[in-house]
Amino acid sequence: MAANKDNFKEVIELLRRMWLIRAFEEKVSSLYAERQIVGLLHLGIGQEAVAVGALSLLRNDDYVYGGHRSHGHAIAKGADMNKLMAEIAGRATGYCGGKGGSMHIVAKECGFMTATGVVGGTIPLALGAAFASKERKKGQLAVVFFGDGAGQAGPFHESLNIASLWRLPVVFICENNGYAEFTPLSAHTKIERLAQHAKTYGIPASTVDGNDLFAVRDAMTKAVASCRAGKGPVFIECLTHRMRGHYEGDPAKYRELSQLAEWKKKDPIARVARALKSKKAFTDAQLEAIEMEARALADKATEFSLASPWPSEFDVDSQVYAVT
Amino acid sequence: MRDLAYFEAKFEALDEIMTADERVHLINGTFLSLSPHRHVYQNLQKKFRERMIAPPISELGFCGLATGAAMAGLRPIVDLSTGSFIYEAWPQVANEAANAFSMSGGQTRVPVVFHLFHGLRGGGAAQHSGSPQAMLWNVPGLEIVIPSSPRDVKGLLKTAVASDNPTIFVDHTRLLDIRGEVPENDKPIPFGVADIKRAGGDVTLIATSYTVQVCLGAAAKLANEGIDVEVVDPRTLVPFDLATILSSVEKTHRVVIADETHQSCGVAAEIAARIAETGFDKLKTRIRRVSTLDVPVPYSPPLEAHIGPTESRIMDAVRAAVA
Repeated sequence: MAANKDNFKEVIELLRRMWLIRAFEEKVSSLYAERQIVGLLHLGIGQEAVAVGALSLLRNDDYVYGGHRSHGHAIAKGADMNKLMAEIAGRATGYCGGKGGSMHIVAKECGFMTATGVVGGTIPLALGAAFASKERKKGQLAVVFFGDGAGQAGPFHESLNIASLWRLPVVFICENNGYAEFTPLSAHTKIERLAQHAKTYGIPASTVDGNDLFAVRDAMTKAVASCRAGKGPVFIECLTHRMRGHYEGDPAKYRELSQLAEWKKKDPIARVARALKSKKAFTDAQLEAIEMEARALADKATEFSLASPWPSEFDVDSQVYAVT
Repeated sequence: MRDLAYFEAKFEALDEIMTADERVHLINGTFLSLSPHRHVYQNLQKKFRERMIAPPISELGFCGLATGAAMAGLRPIVDLSTGSFIYEAWPQVANEAANAFSMSGGQTRVPVVFHLFHGLRGGGAAQHSGSPQAMLWNVPGLEIVIPSSPRDVKGLLKTAVASDNPTIFVDHTRLLDIRGEVPENDKPIPFGVADIKRAGGDVTLIATSYTVQVCLGAAAKLANEGIDVEVVDPRTLVPFDLATILSSVEKTHRVVIADETHQSCGVAAEIAARIAETGFDKLKTRIRRVSTLDVPVPYSPPLEAHIGPTESRIMDAVRAAVA
């Protein structure tokens, strides 16, 4: 995929979504700095092309599972930014009534099934959604996001094997951002490209530039078609970089500033904007309007959240067991 | 009244459950451990082959798969077979399935059943004789079911599958051949309703799983000594029917708890604490526990027999309670 006159509208919509994520997460970052929100926060600023490139091709009834860095995945799947921000702020109006928080976002209404605080924790869950999809025969599929750190964990390997064995309709998306928590991937494994693992298990796999929206879209287009056609799982490794630390407040001293500057040049949003401008599809003013609109929505989500009530302690045990 | 073996009642339940609900899949083992009655599993396979799934030896993977499938609308029943194998799946059971409903603010229901055989089985040694239900009782969000009779296994299994919560179904291989009454068209047994397995007035003897059967044997012998034992089976640990137990204690004023989990933080410990907290004034003597000794389960038969809640240890505890 590349920006051309036939798809300008579509590309602009994708850019708009990337900006929604960026503006939302920058707002989260500043709210954390101001101590307006607390908790463990993992931001994916710089990784927006993966979320938007992959999830813009899904149906509402497809299942998406995330990891601990998944605000962007939820927004890209269509989550409401007000309810998302309220959840991160721990308010009663949040998606999970304040019981989940940043690492455990669930927006079931749009098929964002769950994030997890456990590295690799949702990979087997996505298999289950794929299993159910296959049984139901309505062409649904499951997508699961995880980082390079998950590639060394048991659930990753058990799940890849089972998905391949049973030809489950699941797209594994590895956001290889180069750092598993605080150390480079080279400190975790001799494997350079995690897509190698998928090939070992007989799963078609590719490694793409995760900061290139169009490259992610292209890989995902093929993956979705393959899954819907019943051909089994696909693995996409997206090489990207998080521009923030592992968590908000992480001084990230393990990373060179020069490295950050290099990645800044590859900013996924700026690249799409450049592509649109080069085709003279859009003026600077119009691009700025997209950014401003996104920031306004992030502000609105913040206002909504901070004005929302805290959950009542009387409700703390109201959702431990479902009433059958 | 009709009489069935425990394994027959259990498979009658599985058959009726799978006939009634196409969302139910059986994943992994045969629900029989190494019992020679494999033919009943094969008979079920003839009817429901496509819904009976044999995964690779990947407990973490397939327990997570079942959890995810439950989140997406199926109602899987997983057989972990040997109970200790649930440790391999701990992150998915204790950290994903159990938390999902609360963590999602009630959005995500997880109607999955994890079935396992716990306890002393004859030569299982430390790694094949685990009783993980006490650890699992410390994980909010899980329901824990622990039958002890043919009628209960059928009725409780039906309720477990109907439940919208992740449910641990704690079974015991030494129950499989026990016979008992199972009425035709019996109703599912609701969770949280203890059963008086034997009425008596002198001592309340609370037991779970296979130990209920051991206690019934002990009670029959103690009757010859003039001690009238009431055997109470909670049947589910979560939810837990404390009321039935307290009303028994009101009558007997004496409590012995017999259970195969290890003593420290075990099932008997929690039951004892609940009785002490809410029924202390009803007691005329201290609560006594007969649990598995706090040692890894040894292999050698006399050692294995020594550490568990044996009939003689239970009888001694009851005698001490009435002394």
